[in-house]
Parts: sequence; C-alpha cells; structure tokens
Amino acid sequence: MLELKNISFNVDSEGQDKEIIRDVSLVIPDDKMIVITGPNGGGKSTLARLIAGIEKPSSGKILLDGEDITDLSITDRAKKGIGFAFQQPVKFKGIQVLDLIRLAKGEKISVAEACDYLGAVGLCARDYIDREVNGSLSGGELKRIEIATVLAKASRLSVFDEPEAGIDLWSFQNLIQVFQGMREKINGSSILIISHQERILNIADEIIVVQNGELIASGSKEEVLPGLMGTTAAVPECTMSGNPVIRK
Amino acid sequence: MVELDEIQKRLLREVADLHKVPEGAYNIRSNSQSVGRASTENIEIIPREDGQGLTIKIKPNTKNESVHIPVVLSESGIKEVVYNDFYIGEGADVFIVAGCGIDNCGNQDSEHDGIHRFYIGKGAKVRYVEKHYGSGDGKGKRILNPGTEVYMEEDSSCEMEMVQIKGVDDTTRTTKAELAEGARLVIRERLMTHGDQNAISIYEVDLNGEGSSADVVSRSVARDNSYQKFDAKLLGNAACSGHTECDSIIMDNGRILAVPGLEANDVDAALVHEAAIGKIAGDQIIKLMTLGLTEQEAEEQIINGFLK
Repeated sequence: MLELKNISFNVDSEGQDKEIIRDVSLVIPDDKMIVITGPNGGGKSTLARLIAGIEKPSSGKILLDGEDITDLSITDRAKKGIGFAFQQPVKFKGIQVLDLIRLAKGEKISVAEACDYLGAVGLCARDYIDREVNGSLSGGELKRIEIATVLAKASRLSVFDEPEAGIDLWSFQNLIQVFQGMREKINGSSILIISHQERILNIADEIIVVQNGELIASGSKEEVLPGLMGTTAAVPECTMSGNPVIRK
Repeated sequence: MVELDEIQKRLLREVADLHKVPEGAYNIRSNSQSVGRASTENIEIIPREDGQGLTIKIKPNTKNESVHIPVVLSESGIKEVVYNDFYIGEGADVFIVAGCGIDNCGNQDSEHDGIHRFYIGKGAKVRYVEKHYGSGDGKGKRILNPGTEVYMEEDSSCEMEMVQIKGVDDTTRTTKAELAEGARLVIRERLMTHGDQNAISIYEVDLNGEGSSADVVSRSVARDNSYQKFDAKLLGNAACSGHTECDSIIMDNGRILAVPGLEANDVDAALVHEAAIGKIAGDQIIKLMTLGLTEQEAEEQIINGFLK
C-alpha cells in the first residue's frame, strides 16, 4: 500500500515560488488499479514522478507499506518495488532491447524469456530483440519497449505515465490485457495509471482527479466517471486532442 | 613457440582474444622479439632484415583466411618502432587482427609505435581489428603511437575497427588512406581515456576515385582529467561520398576537441561531418535507476553500451 500524506511540490519559476502540487493526500491500496486523471498541466505527471522519486516533495510524506520512503532515492524505491513507465521513453546509444529487458528483470534471463515480454506488448520479438533502443525506433515502438521493461521488472506498484500516448497502431484492448496480466501474475500488485482516455478510466477500480495541483475528486469509477464525461479529463479514444466530444 | 608468462598471456587475451596459438598465419611479438610465427600456403609472413617488423604477402583470391600479429610489452623501458607492410592480392578476402598490450610495472616509459601499411589490390576485402590495452601500476608511462596507411585499388573494401578502452597513457593515432575508383573504407573507432591520459586521433582520407566512399565514426568517452582530440579530414577529389562522425561523452574533468575537416575538390563530392560532445543524458541515468540500478551502475551500463 502506498500513501501520500499532505504532499506539496514547489518549483522556482523566474524567481517566484510556483506551487505545482498542493497538499495532496491519497492511498493506493494493494491489488487495485487506480487511474489519476485531470486536465493537462494539472500536476498528474508530477505526482507520478514524486512517487517514483524522480522529484522530491517540498513537504509531506510518502509511505510504502507504512515505511517512510520520502527521502529514498529512485534506486532504493525501485528495489522496494516501485516501477515507472515514462511518458516519453528514454533513448540510448548502443544499449539493445535485450540489454534493457535484462536490466529491468535484474538478471541475465534467456533470449526466449526476454522475447516473451516483447510479445506481450505486441512486438515481433525476433525483429526487435537485437535493436538498439535509439532514434531508429518509432515513438510507438519505443513506448511498447518501455512498457515491456516495466512488465519485466514486475513491481508491486507499477506507475504508468500516459501509457496510451503514441501507441495508436496497437489496440487499446492489448494494452488493457497487459495491465490485467500484470495484476494476475504479480500477487497483490497495484497499478497506477496517469491517463485521460475514457477506456482506461473504464477499467479503473478507483479514479482520482487532479486539477491545478489539487486532488478534487476520488472514488470508484461509478462515483467519479459520470462527473467527468464531456470534460477534458475523460477523452474518448477517437477524439482529436483539442476538440473533445461533448456528451450530455 | 616460446613459453609466455601469465602477464604476456593476459595481454594477448586483451588485445587479440587469443587463448592459444591462433589458426592461420600469425606472428606474436613479445618484448621486441618474435616468439612464434607461422605462414600458410596463401599468406606469407617475412621478417624484415632489421628485425623491426614484417612483410605480409597475401596471394590473390585468398578467401576466408586470417592473420594475427599481436604485440605485447611486459618489460619496463622498451621503446620500439615497428613497420608492418601488408600486400593484399586482388580478389582476396581476409581478416587481420593486430593490437598491442603493454604492462608496465616499472618506472621507465614503455612505447610501441606500430606503422602499418596496407596495399589492397583490386576487388580485395579486408577486415582489420586493432586493440590497444595498458596495465601495470608503475610510474613509467604506457605509450602507443600507431600509424596506419591504407592504399586502396579499384573496388576494394576495407573495414577497420580500432579500439582503445583502458590503460594507455599517451597515444597519437595517425591514419591516412587513398581510395581509387569504387573503393570503400569504413572505420569504427572506440576510445575511452581516464586518469591524466591523452589521446589524439588524426585521419586524412583522400577520395581520389569516382564512386569511392569513406565512413569514419568515432565513439569515445573521456573521464577524469583526460584529453582527446579527434581530427578527421576528408578530401573529395572526385565524385565520391564521405562521412565522418565524432560522438563523445565527457565525464568528470574530461575534455574533448573535435576538429571537422572537409575539403571538396570536385563538384560531385558529397561530404558530411557530424560531431556531438556532451555528458550522459540525465534521463538515461534516471531510467536505469527506476529499474533498480544505482547511479554509478547506470553510468557504467550507458558507457558499456555506448562503446559496444
């Protein structure tokens, strides 16, 4: 179980203190799929990065199973069971897909086993396992490899920052299967997804709405989803960004 | 073959991946003496009269054969200049492994300057690997100044892999090439310097023949207080294509100077130079840390991949 207690995060913006996250408290129980949604620029991704340890909160505490991990490094949090899939996957020079999956797994697994993770994200393993994780791969391919590394890491809490972005050639259904497979395979594991896609909101056990750095609503999808429909916090799959379909 | 001690054997493993006597033609030079040599029906290795080098003659149309000519220095204070000339017959297809390992535990400098000249016949193909390695904790420097000259006839091809990852204090590498019609030269340099090391790489490639091409790519890492200079000059003297690239990572107080040099002397010469120098991207380290690696482990993985 992960708990955020009164988390605030400020940055220095042109000499002025700017509040990005304001006094957010929330709980991510074991064995749940939670989706954080809300308008762009509202602080969702920052919240995910605070959980992974990439950013440090200005105040407040983060607890994992009751243990205070606020001051722990990214590495220590990863070792304690937090996984993180980047919104913009990182590119390398020379590091191959197989290397990255082995690093994620933490052991030198066989090529066949590594290929299973690529297969799970819809990539033909034979074509990708020896490829370098660099700009020669498309955005969508990099995104799926990013998800494969988080799958291989098999964390107790996996955080996905906008996992659907850039994977339009791969169906949402497959992505949802990946999440469901993770829940089945890793006992008691939780998944936290940053997204405003309606189909991802639909599979959430709980939805948290963050706007202007504040938590403005949370609860089951039945409680939260009706209030979101027609706002930019819940965008149907085929909608062009900037032109949300208004539903009544 | 003369029995080698453990240090000499280790150096041979580092520079030529040799765990035993190689197959095919070879010459192993240790502390300024040849300690083993073999020619084959198609590849003849002839020592120079002054003892300072070899003439290697490869018959035309020799296919899938290899030549190993590693050098090891394990005594402190040796200084030598060695000339090796390769004559590669028309239509041959061969693999040549050179390289030099120096272990210097003494207080005097050890230096090996290997001058390699390649005369590559029409349509011949050469793959060449040269690794440099230094070890030993003496105060004496480990110095290597390789000189490489490549003369390529029509439609020949040459792929060269030059690697220096560890332990060489001072190196000036000079590579010159002249390419006739349709000749193709590919050079891949991988270099890592650390401590107070200096490494200078100078390339000068003359693209003289129509349809000739050269691709010179250096990937390097400069750590600690080390300094590197990459100076690559391509001269397009005909309708040809040329590309040079310097892709470097600097760490600590490392410094790198990249000097691009392109000279187009023909209106149909197409020449490109790319250079990028910078520290390891922060997001690369963060990504590997989210997989459970420490910052130091992440840096090592990124550098290993970069120099792979």
